[in-house]
Amino acid sequence: MECERVGHRELDVIVTSMVSDSHTWNLVFLQLLLEELGHRVTNLGACVPDELVVEECRRAEPDLIVVSSVNGHGFNDGMRVINGLRSCPELMGTPIVIGGKLGIAGVGDGASARALRAAGFDGVFEEGASVEAFLEFLESLSTRVLL
Amino acid sequence: MTGFGRFVAQARAAGELVVQPRMGMSDPLVMRDGLAATRRAAATTVGTITLDSYTRTGEIAAARRAIDEGVGLNGYPIVSYEAGVTRAVLSGIADAGFPVQVRHGSARPEAIFAALLAAGLDATEGGPVSYCLPYSRAPLREAVASWERCCELLASVRGTGLEPHLETFGGCMMGQLCPPSLLVAISVLEGLFFRQHGLRSISLSYAQQANIHQDEEAVAALSRLAAELLADIDWHVVVYAYMGVYPQSPGGAQLLLDEAARLSVRTGAARLIVKTTAEAHRIPTVAENVRALESAAGVAAEERRAGAHASVPDTGLYAEARALVDAVLELGEDVGRALVRAFAKGYLDVPYCLHPDNAGRSRSRLDAGGRLHWATAGSMPIASMVEKGRSPILGSSELLGALSYVQRTFDRRAYEAPAGAGISVSR
Repeated sequence: MECERVGHRELDVIVTSMVSDSHTWNLVFLQLLLEELGHRVTNLGACVPDELVVEECRRAEPDLIVVSSVNGHGFNDGMRVINGLRSCPELMGTPIVIGGKLGIAGVGDGASARALRAAGFDGVFEEGASVEAFLEFLESLSTRVLL
Repeated sequence: MTGFGRFVAQARAAGELVVQPRMGMSDPLVMRDGLAATRRAAATTVGTITLDSYTRTGEIAAARRAIDEGVGLNGYPIVSYEAGVTRAVLSGIADAGFPVQVRHGSARPEAIFAALLAAGLDATEGGPVSYCLPYSRAPLREAVASWERCCELLASVRGTGLEPHLETFGGCMMGQLCPPSLLVAISVLEGLFFRQHGLRSISLSYAQQANIHQDEEAVAALSRLAAELLADIDWHVVVYAYMGVYPQSPGGAQLLLDEAARLSVRTGAARLIVKTTAEAHRIPTVAENVRALESAAGVAAEERRAGAHASVPDTGLYAEARALVDAVLELGEDVGRALVRAFAKGYLDVPYCLHPDNAGRSRSRLDAGGRLHWATAGSMPIASMVEKGRSPILGSSELLGALSYVQRTFDRRAYEAPAGAGISVSR
């Protein structure tokens, strides 16, 4: 069997907020960051209703979905949105991550991050050092050995 | 003229800057106390009722549920209370000597306008562009149609002897990193939209950015355009203390508010909406708001006593704003339709705004002195005026740096200032 190692594969990425969050500077930052690394970004913008997130992701079948939220409702909204995404057959294996300021009380003891992973997110990047961890995740995704 | 516009005009004639808080509580009694404290403050004040985010986004049932369950909201849910409740909040506090304005943030505010009128209020703010593009997903065309209906509803109370007042929010697009010429143009265009739909007393906003000289030039351009295009109605300029990422230290926050007060006096603005020293951390208390109102009034009085200030050089900001306004007005006599067309063509293009109806081809940058420049103007009809060769587009790390420029600059100033110097705390 032939193995092909693709160095820095360009990914098609959907960046999105969730329905209750009108902040957009976080989304602008993520788009610039991803584009600088050579990836192609579709940015769904602010206050995206659950159905629209699912509809756009099913249509585009991206290599990665990045959900960003900074209004403190991210945990609640994220638990709901991931169910919608994972229940679509074409998105069952799509890498999906969430990050930002997800609760109103800070990062806490990691219980909410574990709950988000258990619900189907492949990565949870909360506040503080989240950008570095997100970049590592991205690196692992874009240099993944393809068989 | 009665009401909000007249109060501000009288204060201006008396040489007083009107100062106003951002303030909204879900409990009617607490809201009433906040208004009473604003009125009592040692400054020329007007009151504010800021609405909660459920009401802003039209989720009235959610606001109602929160009230029933005793959950605190981040503002006053005016649509969910009966008019009598809001009338009781205002009774004995709001009058000709203390007008109260409703601040909301809604792209489709029909229910909000109906509720404030039912409660006996007739002053509010926003605009079809400024409350649509940055914060909502509503199509611009729908926001324009909604704001037409709302303006006409508000204007209809003129028949009863009142003079309703509407303020543009267009001077604040995205809060930060929007070059001032576009802020000025959108503020003026929203003012023209209000006039077309029957308002005769308006205010034009401008949000403090990152360089006071550029801000002075911007407010001068805004006043000049208003004098040229809105001479037949009552208008005044309102300055917003900085709306972007705020200094974290109390000293830095105070220095930034001081600068907003000086900006207002130097440019002849009639009204200033303040921010508090708690801005970076949480919703401010009533006492913090009162301190901000009184300190801003104190700095304004000091600046006025200091006398005439040398006017700032013309860097072309007025010409850019005028070119933008003219290009939009050439698209049709109906201002709302012209605005929709202008965004579709990219003649107006707000940098970093992700709304589907914004072209998204313009980019801005901040120089080392805090002045905002166009990195690229997209299809806006100002390309020939934009300096060439200045600027690479901001990368992600430079974007973060630009977003926190004001915070860093003012926190550092406060840290480096000798104890007490430059920090005006009125008592």
